[in-house]
Amino acid sequence: MGPQTQVTVTPYDRLPGWAKVRRFIVRNPTTVAGAALLVCMVLLAAFAPYLKTVNPVDMNPVDRLKTPGITHWFGTDMYGRDSYSRVIYGARISLFVGLVVAAITSVVGLAVGLISGFVRKLDNIIMRVMDGIMALPDLLLAISFVALTKASVRNVIIALIIPQTPRVVRLVRSIVLTLREQPFVEAATAMGARVPRIMIRHLLPNTLAALIVQGTYVMASAVLIEAGLSFLGAGTPPEIPSWGNIMAEARSYVRVAFWLLLFPGLFLAVTVLSINLVGDGLRDMLDPRIAKRMR
Amino acid sequence: MLAYTLKRILATLPVMGFVVVFVFLLVRIAPGDPAAILAGDYATPENVQKIRAGLGLDKPIHLQFALYVGSLIRGDLGQSLHSRRPVSQLIAQRIEPTLALALSTLVFAVLTAVPLGVLAAWRAGSLVDRAVMVIAVGGFSIPIFWLGFLLIYLFSVKLDLLPVQGYVSFREGIVPFIQHLILPTIALGMVYTALLARITRASLLEVLQSDYIRTANAKGLKPATVLFTHALKNAAVPIVTTIGVGFALLIGGVVITESVFALPGLGRLTVDAILQRDYSIIQGVTLIFSFSYALVNLLVDMSYTLFDPRIRY
Repeated sequence: MGPQTQVTVTPYDRLPGWAKVRRFIVRNPTTVAGAALLVCMVLLAAFAPYLKTVNPVDMNPVDRLKTPGITHWFGTDMYGRDSYSRVIYGARISLFVGLVVAAITSVVGLAVGLISGFVRKLDNIIMRVMDGIMALPDLLLAISFVALTKASVRNVIIALIIPQTPRVVRLVRSIVLTLREQPFVEAATAMGARVPRIMIRHLLPNTLAALIVQGTYVMASAVLIEAGLSFLGAGTPPEIPSWGNIMAEARSYVRVAFWLLLFPGLFLAVTVLSINLVGDGLRDMLDPRIAKRMR
Repeated sequence: MLAYTLKRILATLPVMGFVVVFVFLLVRIAPGDPAAILAGDYATPENVQKIRAGLGLDKPIHLQFALYVGSLIRGDLGQSLHSRRPVSQLIAQRIEPTLALALSTLVFAVLTAVPLGVLAAWRAGSLVDRAVMVIAVGGFSIPIFWLGFLLIYLFSVKLDLLPVQGYVSFREGIVPFIQHLILPTIALGMVYTALLARITRASLLEVLQSDYIRTANAKGLKPATVLFTHALKNAAVPIVTTIGVGFALLIGGVVITESVFALPGLGRLTVDAILQRDYSIIQGVTLIFSFSYALVNLLVDMSYTLFDPRIRY
């Protein structure tokens, strides 16, 4: 953008609606592309039964290992199941796990972070526990948890929430620590506001921007780690198709039926990429100052 | 320096303590009785009871914990529930491929990410910069196992350039050793490269705006000298910190990568243990990985003095 282009720019408020949208797209191409891809993925997952899919667990031994074609868009697997249907239904698991983990992690992390940052007596204890959890590599923690309980979607979600929460706690706490010195918090305290009121009315709204951005990153890692767990056999049980376990089953067919690995992995990569792009875009839009605290 | 080292080691003790407690509790809260699993499907109740006593599971929990910590201090990680062999021995047998993969990945990631990050920061806003950022975001989004299979398909199946899977020890020949490590290293290193390139760029961009860089440029030093000796050295602390933090990604990735490329390392040991529900191996591996993570971050803290003499301990 050179100085010449700036001369012709009309003030944002005076633009008609469609031009506002267009300018937004031109200025944030990657964010918009990411959001569009993510919306597509969500729609695919939501309307999976109506998208020319067949039952993803129906076996059809006659049609084993068919190459992608008109009847089976993504080919069929070693049991003759339709790969396209399995990949589309797999989107449901990935997105569901990602969204639930991001939501719960954000809420729990926000609550614990607010307390840790504002109630000094508890801060030390909480942060030592968080350090301890963070000392365990996240995939390993999730593996141990699922391995010791039972491979189910619920346990995978719990296994992902545990290692992700400390990251949110640390972020919220660091924001609260700077906020608590601000005059408006001091004023509220001086006016006799109780601690819960200060936390909810004064501190919480100021952490939301960072929290939303961090939530997208949590979602991206949750989707990736869920697929990794399922790939290792410690995730979604095999009777529910998920991108990770589809690839785990297809792994020995890398020479003869590469399409079985190509499509689920592609969908997974595109989903994670779109979430990351939306996260980066939100980060730049909401507040450039918080950018430094992320990651 | 020595005092600082001791202080840092002491500071990691509570974290290590937490890890030990966590790993200990993990098996106790798990549903399913390890003794029953060990005894098999046709065991009599007396048999199960005997095995439980043998594992010390009939004692009160605080006593069990004391015994567990005691054996850990003696370097005893327990016994595999299935093969009945010491876990420490199993780990020792499997550690070589994992170490080889981790080290080669570390070297690969640093050697690719730092130059890319420097290039991107030096030409900030240019096409090169954008390309590097695309690689960085992409590297973050591509699942390791998918990238692994793409590489296998392309370089082993289609082009027939490299071996598909497996591991060859360096003692059996350095060329096959390297050949077997190339694809796993790239697959595993991509995330790490992405992370490091991003942080290198950000850190260097900040340093490049400082006055002493302008001075260095003004007195006619070569751009390369300014970039690498003046700027990069001052940008090093966040980069090295990220190497330490990113080590967690590496550990998780090792488990997946070994599974994809059939490397007989600790990751494979973990996956096999998951499938057999061999709790003691899972405990042992989790401890080893967490301790090595703490150790790497300790080394990272120590290395700060090398890059920034102002940091004195």
